[in-house]
Amino acid sequence: MSRRLPRARGEGPWPWLAAGSVALSLLMLGGLLALLAVRGLGHFWPAAVEQVALADGRLLAGQPVREERRFDGEGRERLYRTDNRDLDGGIWTWVAVEAIERVETPRELLVLERRRWGSFVGWLVAMEGVDGRHAGEAAWPALQARLAEIQALRRERDELRDRVVVPLVRRLEQEAGSRAELAEANARIRALQARMGGDTLVLESVDGRRLEQPLEEVLRAWRPNAMSPLDKLAAWGQGVWRFLAEDPRAANSAGGVWPAIFGTVLMVLLMSVVVTPFGVLAGIYLNEVAHQGPLTRMVRIGVRNLAGVPSIVYGVFGLGVFVYGIGGSLDEWFFAEALPSPTFGTGGLLWASLTLALLTLPVVIVATEEGLARVPDHQREGALALGATRMEMLTRVVLPMTMPAMLTGLILAVARAAGEVAPLMLVGVAKLAPQVPVDGDFPFLHLERKFMHLGYHIYDVAFHGGDVQAALPLVYATALLLVLVILVLNLTAIFLRHHLRARHGALPRH
Amino acid sequence: MFSGAEALMFSGAKAPGRSVTAMSVFSTPHPAPSGPIIDFDREASCLEIEGLTLAYGDKPALRDLTLRIPRHRVTAFIGPSGCGKSTLLRALNRLHDLNEEVRREGRIRLEGEDIHAPEVAVAELRRRVGMVFQAPNPFPMSIYDNVAFGLRLQGGIRKRQMDDIVEWALQSAALWEEVKDRLKSSAWALSGGQQQRLVIARTLAVRPEVLLLDEPASALDPISTLKIEELIRNLKSQLTLVLVTHNMQQAARVSDYTAFLQQGELVEYGSTDTLFTNPRLRRTENYITGRMA
Ligand SMILES: Nc1ncnc2c1ncn2[C@@H]1O[C@H](COP(=O)(O)OP(=O)(O)OP(=O)(O)O)[C@@H](O)[C@H]1O
Ligand SMILES: [Mg+2]
Repeated sequence: MSRRLPRARGEGPWPWLAAGSVALSLLMLGGLLALLAVRGLGHFWPAAVEQVALADGRLLAGQPVREERRFDGEGRERLYRTDNRDLDGGIWTWVAVEAIERVETPRELLVLERRRWGSFVGWLVAMEGVDGRHAGEAAWPALQARLAEIQALRRERDELRDRVVVPLVRRLEQEAGSRAELAEANARIRALQARMGGDTLVLESVDGRRLEQPLEEVLRAWRPNAMSPLDKLAAWGQGVWRFLAEDPRAANSAGGVWPAIFGTVLMVLLMSVVVTPFGVLAGIYLNEVAHQGPLTRMVRIGVRNLAGVPSIVYGVFGLGVFVYGIGGSLDEWFFAEALPSPTFGTGGLLWASLTLALLTLPVVIVATEEGLARVPDHQREGALALGATRMEMLTRVVLPMTMPAMLTGLILAVARAAGEVAPLMLVGVAKLAPQVPVDGDFPFLHLERKFMHLGYHIYDVAFHGGDVQAALPLVYATALLLVLVILVLNLTAIFLRHHLRARHGALPRH
Repeated sequence: MFSGAEALMFSGAKAPGRSVTAMSVFSTPHPAPSGPIIDFDREASCLEIEGLTLAYGDKPALRDLTLRIPRHRVTAFIGPSGCGKSTLLRALNRLHDLNEEVRREGRIRLEGEDIHAPEVAVAELRRRVGMVFQAPNPFPMSIYDNVAFGLRLQGGIRKRQMDDIVEWALQSAALWEEVKDRLKSSAWALSGGQQQRLVIARTLAVRPEVLLLDEPASALDPISTLKIEELIRNLKSQLTLVLVTHNMQQAARVSDYTAFLQQGELVEYGSTDTLFTNPRLRRTENYITGRMA
């Protein structure tokens, strides 16, 4: 017989309760991330397309999305994403499960991603190419080859537009560019455009309606049922990459989120650059310089309470003081020739960063103060006893020991700032600003420009698109991305802190 | 190892008025533990304390202390816990300046100069009057950087010279052999006793004129304690030492003069020999022999 360990007496259920709540929190966090990952990342997977024959003889093709009990309680209904908005007027079709006679996945079923009208699902009948007509089995390879050409031309055109035309236009606004150059670039763009056109696809939906589709407007084409898992994986990777690297299309309901990633990160970095020195200096003043009287105590309480002020209040302050107050004055003094169109007198990157810096200032001050308070007095005295002045004591002993605490403050500040949306809506975030605030034009960083933000992008995609159901996967994907961006920013700071701790040795915790 | 040439270089870099070289730390003959009785009145003063009264807020800690600390001798402060030994020691290099609560009256003179005079630079004063605290307080840096800390504050010392001074200071504090292979590792990884010796080395490196030691051996094993005591005796030829200790034997072994404090007052002060063998007051005798109520 094995002897049991004696049970600890007097502990009761507390350890279990504590452990249980930790487990629950972890489970909820894990569930959140899993939901975002599955729904968001699944969107980019080229799922199989089914051809469904109904009992009444109708045919339809699309991706099954979900199944629900019928509202009258009799039987179940399945939702298909059938696309073809130009033919059907909508992209969703509900089908009673009992009415389904046959479900097939024909290999030839084609999916087109188009610039207008969303996607198309159906058959490829023929391609009227610039080099002649390809019908039947020859049409698919011909389509793929020509599409690759068009994609290359499109890339060339976009590059020309971003690198040459846009900067030229901006310089022309300031009357410094040359009109001839612009005309020449525009001519080149028109020539590229002309080379892209000329092909027409003859398409047919599964229920036999014909459609002529200019190939120029097709972005991508694939036959998901004929793809191997490896092909699908490659297509998924490309889809994720396009999501990360491309500009949004179709009123933010498709395409990528690159400008929003860039805007979020840039704004958080600018905010950190502003908030760190101010917060640290304020913390040092309060803890090391100021006379520890009732006034200092009041200031300290005030600072701690500022951390709890709702963020929209900071947004209102930013709008009133930064945008209209300071921005308006700047415009009058330095950008008078551009008035009445405002330069700094409207929301922009600078004002958003400053507003968020103000919002996170208390966090950094408090963290710095707590770090300073944790430096034992005998460390300070040790430095002074060796002939250090107060300044030397601070910079050589106290501040290096406080560095990890200051970084902790910065981590908290970044986490708070990267997720804020409400104040940004007042001070400079934009629904669509594909021009990122950094480019090759002097002064390279354009603080007055509006910018996109992942948090606001989620809000916009979810509530301002026409079709919430269609936008939902993008919302999930964007939310996942926002979490990841914050994670990466924080991990950078944590890594830095770890590095500093390793160098300076950790403060003993009391 | 340390060569004589380097020692000369080192001493050249320091206060020119002093002729002792670093080397002499190791060559001074030990005075006998209880030493020849020296006539107190013929000793030159290093520190003179006159009517020093000190209070934390309205809680008095020192009451009207007057005593003189002779140059190049070891003076020990003894007394029960909380009697004000540390408070007195900290007054000698103005560490109380940091505490806004502290009220002070009276005068302290270092080599005849009032240390509270407005023209005295307090950082320079503290460099001249070094202090080793009751609890070891190495900085969170490497061993080398700890010892070099004070020198770097002064600036103008070349790398080579710095290396020599660091080695000398660590040797003097009987720590060199234990750390010479890991000078670049963190000082916080040292044991408590090693940390205390590191702190002594750090203070010695700036070559103070007075060294205040607040229970320097309280965290040390008997062997390290002996090393420290030997160090104290050796250092006497170059600087003035003030030692706070709870260990009567230690006070008797290393000090030339002993002051007995009780409740912030100076009870008895005199040559260590006399105080320990033939105290004038009953209170002193009771404390020394451990008959304190
Ligand atoms: N920072 C301070 N604020 C208020 N009171 C203090 C402070 N430091 C010391 N005291 C008080 O002053 C008195 C003398 O303290 P001090 O530290 O000088 O004693 P000590 O003789 O060094 O004792 P020990 O041998 O235990 O170190 C004590 O009553 C102590 O409570
Ligand atoms: Mg003490």
